[in-house]
Amino acid sequence: MKAKMKGTLFATMMALSAIVLGACEPLLVLDPKGPQAQRQADDTMLLIYVMSAIVIAVFTIMAVMLYKYRASKQSPDYEPPHIEGNMLVEAICIGIPVIIVIFLSVVSVKSNYIVEAVPQGYEDTEPLVVYASSSNWKWHFSYPEENIETVNYLYIPAGRALEFRLYSHGPITSFWIPQLGGQKYAMADMETVLHLAADQPGEFMGRNGNFSGVGFAENTFLTTAMTQAEFDEWVQEVHETAEPLTEEIFEELLEPGHLGTSTYTGTHLEFSPPPGPHSPVSERDPNAEVGHE
Amino acid sequence: MEFFERFAIPHPSFLIYMAMISIVLGAIVIVAGITYFKKWGYLWREWITTVDHKKIGIMYLIVALVMLFRGGVDAVMLRYQLAMPENTFLDSQHYNEVFTTHGVVMILFMAMPFIIFFFNFLVPLQIGARDVAFPRLNSLSFWLFFMGMGLFNLSFIVGGSPDAGWTSYFPLAGNEFSTSVGTNYYMISLQIAGLGTLMTGINFMTTIFRMRAPGMTLMRMPMFTWSALIANVIIVFAFPVLTVALAMGTLDRLAGTQFFTTDNGGMDMLWANLFWVWGHPEVYILILPAFGLYSEIIPVFARRNLYGYTSMVFSMIIISVFSFGVWTHHFFTMGQGALTNSVFSITTMAIAIPTGVKIFNWLFTLYKGKIEMTTPMLYAMLFIPLFTLGGVTGVMLAMSAADYQYHNSMFLVAHFHNVIIPGVVYAMLAGLTFYWPKLFGFMLNEKIGKATAWVMSIGFVLAFIPMYITGLDGQPRRGYTYSEVTGYSTLNMVAFIGSIIMTISFLMLVYNIYYSFRYASRDISSDPWDARSLEWATNTPIPEYNFAVTPQIKSREAFWDHKYGGKDMDLFAGQKIERIHMPNKSGVPFIMNVFFFILGFCLIFSIWIGAIIGLIGVLGCMLHRSFEDDHGFYFEVEEIEEIEREKRGAIK
Repeated sequence: MKAKMKGTLFATMMALSAIVLGACEPLLVLDPKGPQAQRQADDTMLLIYVMSAIVIAVFTIMAVMLYKYRASKQSPDYEPPHIEGNMLVEAICIGIPVIIVIFLSVVSVKSNYIVEAVPQGYEDTEPLVVYASSSNWKWHFSYPEENIETVNYLYIPAGRALEFRLYSHGPITSFWIPQLGGQKYAMADMETVLHLAADQPGEFMGRNGNFSGVGFAENTFLTTAMTQAEFDEWVQEVHETAEPLTEEIFEELLEPGHLGTSTYTGTHLEFSPPPGPHSPVSERDPNAEVGHE
Repeated sequence: MEFFERFAIPHPSFLIYMAMISIVLGAIVIVAGITYFKKWGYLWREWITTVDHKKIGIMYLIVALVMLFRGGVDAVMLRYQLAMPENTFLDSQHYNEVFTTHGVVMILFMAMPFIIFFFNFLVPLQIGARDVAFPRLNSLSFWLFFMGMGLFNLSFIVGGSPDAGWTSYFPLAGNEFSTSVGTNYYMISLQIAGLGTLMTGINFMTTIFRMRAPGMTLMRMPMFTWSALIANVIIVFAFPVLTVALAMGTLDRLAGTQFFTTDNGGMDMLWANLFWVWGHPEVYILILPAFGLYSEIIPVFARRNLYGYTSMVFSMIIISVFSFGVWTHHFFTMGQGALTNSVFSITTMAIAIPTGVKIFNWLFTLYKGKIEMTTPMLYAMLFIPLFTLGGVTGVMLAMSAADYQYHNSMFLVAHFHNVIIPGVVYAMLAGLTFYWPKLFGFMLNEKIGKATAWVMSIGFVLAFIPMYITGLDGQPRRGYTYSEVTGYSTLNMVAFIGSIIMTISFLMLVYNIYYSFRYASRDISSDPWDARSLEWATNTPIPEYNFAVTPQIKSREAFWDHKYGGKDMDLFAGQKIERIHMPNKSGVPFIMNVFFFILGFCLIFSIWIGAIIGLIGVLGCMLHRSFEDDHGFYFEVEEIEEIEREKRGAIK
């Protein structure tokens, strides 16, 4: 009876999640729009299948045990035997998980090298370098080659490799555009690199994934992927219309709070250089501090 | 006036004022009640000065239950805030404080004392000892923990709570971004409580290695004692890291050092590393004793010995070693590169293997058994499927490349609650129900107990399964609000309903205690479950010296074989009652920790004179102990015989 109740409980649970999953829009992580996110979504689906098999195996063994060996099914004077363990059974219980872990390890290592490199299929494109730096509670996107900077919105060309160089003007944050790929930390004393690409033009939610204080929840930005031609046109337009980013304006932008979007020519990288990757502490230029005093 | 301003709450609200009033009123009622019933002397003699491991255990239990309530209220507030998009029940600052205290309270002031309660209450009984190796140190451990807990909870009404998350990452927790005294509370109170835990670790390691009854070899120890041994070894290795990290953090905040700052050579990532070098083993400190409890409960109600004892022991040893080699998986996204991530991804997944072995061993313990679905067994049988679900999502998180998508999302929140609640909380409640008759001499009501377990599980599924889904949809953890367009609202409402159902189940637990206290039969044997290990060989209530004569252990399930294994298995055969040497009570640990409290409080608010006074007090108490001549006392033979006669002829 109990096993039945438990079965009902889990059937309900599964049905519930199926309804919820079916009724909604596809979940962001499982609706990838770029090669890195695609790899991560594939891994996720693979994991869900493998893990479901394990869960079903455990549930089945348990249901059988509870059904067959419950006290009400046995004679009152039944004495359960003393069983120490069986080498073969234990070898199976260790062997199968070992095989699963080895298989997943291979997948994991492969995926690590894929998401940490220029996206597959985009090796021939020249990557667009964007410095994405966070401050309380904004995102600053500097395009050094285009010599422009935006606040709280990100324009990118689709079909081209993107190299984000991440750092922070304050607490640790995490740069995350779920549909393009997983996140990476932005920190004040070390630059990190995140390789992404968008397959098609489109709009994607981007946000800070790591708690960074009072304004964290609203620390989001909209990402727009467009064709290279549209992107070039936009850069051109910015150069014609936007005002230059001065040190004073940038200091103001860094003040804690929320801001709308804004656009500038020039970048803050010239007067407020990024920390650089893995720079040993002793070699860092004391005048090159980022972050406010 | 300026002196007093620092004690004000920087961000007060109606809820906090309500809490202040209720805490003050509660304190007045308690003090007045104790005075009215003239219980101060009783409290001092029987509880505050006690060195008895069973009483210290019960004090841990009371604190754990109170903190479960406090952390639970926090949880419901968090879920209510997120139940609707753009809810205004809590503002951002409050939400941050509440999730921070929820995490710290649940892990360090609820789960930790709960498992330490089981260490205290069970380990000496299971190995046939009279007390722990260092009874006075045990009292000191408790009062250190208690003062740390008190100090942390004081933050709510004096000075403001910490708000940088239970992980308290720098530089967010540094002076630059965290200007209130909240993080000082975090650093100092965890330091004090952590010292207590470290001493507990040393104490129980020594107890288990040195004080086992004759014949109890390591491989004859009950499984809970094994899990306690491993957990305490982990404590001894992991907690010093926390001590050092907290000391560095405290210096950063109070003395202007630059360990974790982002300039002048500081490194914020160092905190994250140190925190998780302690923090990951910490979760195994919690889960292994829980596994131990399940390993005690399942054989009793399957009426069979535990399947695969040896592999259970070795899987725990392997887990304990691996637990120190996986901490980086808490921040795969910090940019260590593919190689480092690959190494930690594999070590993390490897932990699933010994854990899986344990799950299969529990399942095979049911094989050819005679399963009785009592409340503790029901918790255990709900634990296995739910924990498996949490375990496999843990393997998902261990895939570092895919983890870039799960990290810091609600998926992660769902995962760790999915292992901690069915893993630790269910084990604690199962263990509490199982040992309740040994503790208090009556049983908890089975009907209410089983209903509680079911309601809790339904609430649990509703509260946490939706978070897996919103996590995959990009909902981050620790966000106090979200907009309607995200589409998270339905599932968050479901989670809120789940949290309400879980609250109901905890109220049912409280009601069960009340109901059983009033109506349950007191006429029960000292072994009401027909159990298997040595703790059930004692009388109920257990006399201060535990066993009148030292048991002689000849097998793994000593008490079971004593009952059913024939004459040659008699635990107490051929033993004569002799005088028993016991430790004296002492008020010094308590007094010393009052000074610790003063020291901590003054450090938090940078009141240096007070801190110096507190420190002198602490050192004075240590000095007193060094010169104290304390040889303990003896229970004489006649005394023991009288006590044993009163307990209905227990000596055979």
